[in-house]
Amino acid sequence: MNYISEDTIAAVATAPGVAGIGIIRLSGSDALQITDKIFKTAGGKSLDLVNAETHTIHYGFIYDGDEMIDEVLVSVMLAPRSYTTENTVEINCHGGPFVIRRVLQTVIRNGARPAEPGEFTKRAFLNGRIDLTEAESVMDLIASGNEFARKNSLKTLRGSIYNEIHDLRDRIIHETAFIESALDDPEHYSLDGYPDELHKNVVELKNEIESMLSHADDGKILSEGINTCLVGKPNVGKSSLLNLLAGEDKAIVTDVPGTTRDAVEVKIQFGGLTLNMMDTAGIRDTNDTVEKIGVEKSRNAINNSDLILFVLDSSSKLEDDDIEIFDSINGKNCIIILNKSDLDPVLTVDKIHEMTDAPVVVVSARNEDGMEDLLHLVREMFLKGEISNNDQVYITNERQLSELRHVNDSLSLVLRSIEDGMTEDFFTVDLMDAYDRLGSVIGEETGDDLADRIFSEFCMGK
Amino acid sequence: MIEINDYDIAIVGAGHAGCEAALACARMGLKTIVFTVSVNSIALMPCNPNVGGSSKGHLVREIDALGGEMGKNIDRTFIQSKMLNSSKGPAVHSLRAQADKDDYSREMRKVLENQENLTIKQAEVTELLVEDGKATGVKIFTNIVYHTKAVVLCTGVYLKARCLCGEAITYTGPNGLQAANALSKSLIEAGVIIQRFKTGTPARIDVRSIDFSKMEPQYGDNPVTPFSFSTDPASVQKEQVKCYLTYTNEKTHDIIRNNLDRSPMYSGVIEGKGPRYCPSIEDKVVKFADKTRHQVFLEPEGLHTNEWYVDGMSSSMPEDVQIQMYRSVPGLENAHIVRNAYAIEYDCFKGKQLKPSLEFKKIPGLFSGGQSNGSSGYEEAAAQGLIAGINAARYVQEKKPLVIDRSEGYIGVLIDDLVTKDSFEPYRMMTSRAEYRLLLRQDNADIRLRRKGYEVGLISDDQIQELDRKEEEIRSEIARLKTIRVGASKKTSDFLSSVGSTPLGTAATLEELIRRPELNYDIIAPLDPERPVVSAAAIEQINIEIKYNGYLEREQRQVAQFKKIEDRKIPSGIDFTTIKGIRLEAQQKLNDFRPDNLGQASRIQGVSPADIQVLTVYLSSRDREKKE
Repeated sequence: MNYISEDTIAAVATAPGVAGIGIIRLSGSDALQITDKIFKTAGGKSLDLVNAETHTIHYGFIYDGDEMIDEVLVSVMLAPRSYTTENTVEINCHGGPFVIRRVLQTVIRNGARPAEPGEFTKRAFLNGRIDLTEAESVMDLIASGNEFARKNSLKTLRGSIYNEIHDLRDRIIHETAFIESALDDPEHYSLDGYPDELHKNVVELKNEIESMLSHADDGKILSEGINTCLVGKPNVGKSSLLNLLAGEDKAIVTDVPGTTRDAVEVKIQFGGLTLNMMDTAGIRDTNDTVEKIGVEKSRNAINNSDLILFVLDSSSKLEDDDIEIFDSINGKNCIIILNKSDLDPVLTVDKIHEMTDAPVVVVSARNEDGMEDLLHLVREMFLKGEISNNDQVYITNERQLSELRHVNDSLSLVLRSIEDGMTEDFFTVDLMDAYDRLGSVIGEETGDDLADRIFSEFCMGK
Repeated sequence: MIEINDYDIAIVGAGHAGCEAALACARMGLKTIVFTVSVNSIALMPCNPNVGGSSKGHLVREIDALGGEMGKNIDRTFIQSKMLNSSKGPAVHSLRAQADKDDYSREMRKVLENQENLTIKQAEVTELLVEDGKATGVKIFTNIVYHTKAVVLCTGVYLKARCLCGEAITYTGPNGLQAANALSKSLIEAGVIIQRFKTGTPARIDVRSIDFSKMEPQYGDNPVTPFSFSTDPASVQKEQVKCYLTYTNEKTHDIIRNNLDRSPMYSGVIEGKGPRYCPSIEDKVVKFADKTRHQVFLEPEGLHTNEWYVDGMSSSMPEDVQIQMYRSVPGLENAHIVRNAYAIEYDCFKGKQLKPSLEFKKIPGLFSGGQSNGSSGYEEAAAQGLIAGINAARYVQEKKPLVIDRSEGYIGVLIDDLVTKDSFEPYRMMTSRAEYRLLLRQDNADIRLRRKGYEVGLISDDQIQELDRKEEEIRSEIARLKTIRVGASKKTSDFLSSVGSTPLGTAATLEELIRRPELNYDIIAPLDPERPVVSAAAIEQINIEIKYNGYLEREQRQVAQFKKIEDRKIPSGIDFTTIKGIRLEAQQKLNDFRPDNLGQASRIQGVSPADIQVLTVYLSSRDREKKE
């Protein structure tokens, strides 16, 4: 049934969050060979997993080059006795989210490819491991996972990085279009002396990519988490809710200059999820300023968020301002928080259901009631997937980084072709490869971009 | 009503597509009739007097490898020839020849007239006959009905054609030829979706009114490389004509700018979509306003005419503006225009209605090839005509259609683009459209495609044996070059220095030496005294395969990946809107295009990789359902 021979994929197989333990799963023909490159004894000796028996557990350490990253247990499941029916390795890490990511990156650098959303399950299905009756749920899983990843891949990229990648793409396709125009209409455009100029430009492009990559590990390239805004008219209890969500000591105030699309001001760890509280200027200030965030400001925040927490006071009637907010959350990911359940109810859940399809949760910020329900709703919204939850927020990011590294490699190949004295038609193959991959980092397809660019920038045709 | 049952296949139109289609069907043994509005317009070149050019030269080579006629015909009738990009990599070398237009047309007509199984009929086809949803013949303007088993439409720019020269509009095809005004209606009734495109041509000028002293002469190659793999290179070495290069200037551009309101393009009279790659001079001046000049090539239309073609200045301006405009160009101050420039609008078919075999998805037995599929250019037309003809014949023979995929030829790229992309302008081939360009070279078209031509019956046993010999020659010689080592002797070092190469540090194989950019098979002959006699054609392949090995292998790996998804067929008749998990936009696009395989589906705009993953699972579950 294996009708497309599979490369080896890897992803974090546990829910994202602050939990100390996480599993990296590898599946594919090279899963054992790749693991062998990085999994060793404390003395740096290979554990020779390629010769391991199926369904065995091994103790050792993950190395990135000479550097020991984590103490791990590795389970080996050989084909066909695994979830995907392929050779599968699971690395149980102990070192917290940062270390888990580091291990995943190391696995990818050593030959695995970041898994697509739902890909383990897809392989399990294609290889006959999952029952036919579940075909539809497999398809759903892939579709919803991808949709989430697609939306998320842009959201997680910092605005300035997005713009920079956009700019890099633009420069790459400009060079390519020029070369192709000259090849198509050689009596019109000359490439004399061009390779030297291109070499200079590609070196510049490469420097920029490398600088991006060097910042990747310290997290400057990606802003992770769910962009969240807390809206509601004054005095419904937004700030007390925020403090409750964060817990005074856990809230991390970040200062992120240069982002143009979003202004993340407070990062909150909430039940294993990272919420980026947006447009909350002064929200930690318990003075009046918080409550001055009016309907107008809320509307902006709503448009830039992945998740909207709309707070209502259940002890008073709906007012015009509330109704306006209801209108603006239409079609968005929203949870209605009915606060002040400790007071006599005026506003009921039924009444809210008349206004919107969004889920409602009843809480009392004062009594710290109902927070579990809220957490449950958020998790359900963002960590969907019943068959498997391999598909994590930051896999997308890993894929983005992996693509960026490929871009760097492609540009190196361009430089090598120029240095080897190859003719210009050889350069564009790798230039377009770099262009494609940069596109997939920011979720843009290539399509007919090159032809469009040739025609719009260069006057073609005898 | 007279009914004629003598023919297997009817070809509608005898332009470059129609000629290839008709010849292919007849040569494959089917009784074929080709209709043309005028026998005098068989293989007419109503626009530029060239065959080939960047990427188009590749198409001509591929047509030839499959057993088509275009390459042989231009070898018989060219008056200048050039290998473009010869200083670049082998993948972008492209032949382009100036044709003697009348000779080209006459010679092709001779081939058609003398082809066994082929009948030429001058008549406008007015109706397509459809029975039980299948194409069963055509009716012509005299109401005579031809019952056939298949029909190939090669209607070019003739369907409801109208020509525009400023305010002057005529309802004709190119060169004042009769348009086909009735057929569109019949096709629409049969369910064919039609769109309207536009193209244009420049003026022809009397050579006696041109001052060439103000222009730069352009020469052909010496020696000339023939297009056809069957043409003896010695037979194409002959005296060639000169072409000339001049430029427009600010004065020309001012004249155009001042009269833009009189251009049908800009005044909104033209509804059809024109090509961006072959812009009219009006377009160039408007879109590239910062350019102070544009190239203009003067090219003879033939040896026996005074008309010269003004390449680079196509236009739909009124005649009085044209006169001022052309006369502002150095060397054309006294130009006498024999034929005005004009734009032409015409009905053509939306490519998404076609299978990769060029058969209409909804009308079995109806095929279409050429400009009527939304392409432009003689070569693009001929390539499709050949494939449409072959597949109409295969349909009648009840055999599987011939489909060239994107990894096998430019013809594959061309047809795949036409049938999987919603194109809004006439499509022109470009080498950058071919993702496996390094493998799809004009020099190896025979190796890539000749066997396919043999399988369908258009290539002879002799030609295949010749190809076998060539391939064996290449294989054995490369193997030998890998085994012969030369030592780092003084003699060798002196030789390498004498040809501008660095001396050897240690011994090397001849293959390693050929890999050096400054060396090749011929240059190192003195180091290889034992070498066998190898044909020039084989030497060309040997050099390329050795020098570019790393790049070629990389593309071959990509092709292997491509083939895997391309081979995954999608059964016809799936309603994609019932597949949950595929996004709405993609469902609609898939239902609209009805792709043949997973690869094709992935190239449809609006279908994401995730949709393809879902589709993969769906197809697999269908297979399993059948088995269980």
